[in-house]
Amino acid sequence: MKAAVIVFPGSNCDRDMQVALRNSLGAEPLMVWHGDTELPQVDLIAVPGGFSYGDYLRCGAMASHSPIMREVVRRTEQGVLVLGVCNGFQILTEAGLLPGVLMRNAGLNFVCRDVHLRVERTDTPFTGHYSQGQVIRVPVAHHDGNYFADDATLDELEGEGRIAFRYCTPAGEITAAANPNGSQRNIAGIYNRRRTVLGMMPHPERLADPLLGGIDGKPMFDALVEALAA
Amino acid sequence: MKAKVHVTLKSGVLDPQGKAVQHALAALGFGGVDNVRQGKFIELDLDETDAGKAQQTVEAMCRQLLANTVIENYDIEIVA
Repeated sequence: MKAAVIVFPGSNCDRDMQVALRNSLGAEPLMVWHGDTELPQVDLIAVPGGFSYGDYLRCGAMASHSPIMREVVRRTEQGVLVLGVCNGFQILTEAGLLPGVLMRNAGLNFVCRDVHLRVERTDTPFTGHYSQGQVIRVPVAHHDGNYFADDATLDELEGEGRIAFRYCTPAGEITAAANPNGSQRNIAGIYNRRRTVLGMMPHPERLADPLLGGIDGKPMFDALVEALAA
Repeated sequence: MKAKVHVTLKSGVLDPQGKAVQHALAALGFGGVDNVRQGKFIELDLDETDAGKAQQTVEAMCRQLLANTVIENYDIEIVA
């Protein structure tokens, strides 16, 4: 399996993503500059967190028009797996690969802390190493993570089982208090129709090594490696 | 010619920043403000001399980049 991490000006989680992928993969992921127009053959594309283009205009808006994103969209159509985390999630929505938009947090504050997520389904290449309904602890660090889509889109996401993670209490309850940013229906991450693209605001790559205080993010990378090795 | 573009949140989309501005105005003693919606104003200098074509071009710009039509409306004014 080969993985690539896209690096934009202002990305700041690209190296964390590189380390997490390297540790699970046992091989070095490619680091691909946003201005490149060619992408080597890879099985997984990671769009990392950060503040691409200084969040100018709207978070992810500029990056979604970067030269490399045309290639990312093309690979997505071919079924290559794409993981977008935080700013990466914002970029994927701006690029039209995922529905909805990430708005300013309802509380207006930058939220930087661990949150609990409920794993909504495990039959995807991203979540095969979690158990159904498992509660995991993963950090968030964002100012614009308030997931918004119209009711019809939200109902469609629910109906098609495309909600990947929801913010929850440590016991797994979906409550308003457990929602760090005002996201509709406590949505923390969603899939595309084919469940080959996952966008999420929390950072699994930041808790994928015991030295970082937790490994709840690591099963995602291990699952990807296993799914793609098959 | 110039294009002036207003990008505003669609009605029904919560605007926490507008709410915060409304609260701050109230705290300053400006009562009677029922609602505040915050948006963006973008001004473009264009080579185009045909107002109709300029309008079309700027509409394409709005759809592709300047506005996110999931949550935002845009309003274009072309001035000579």
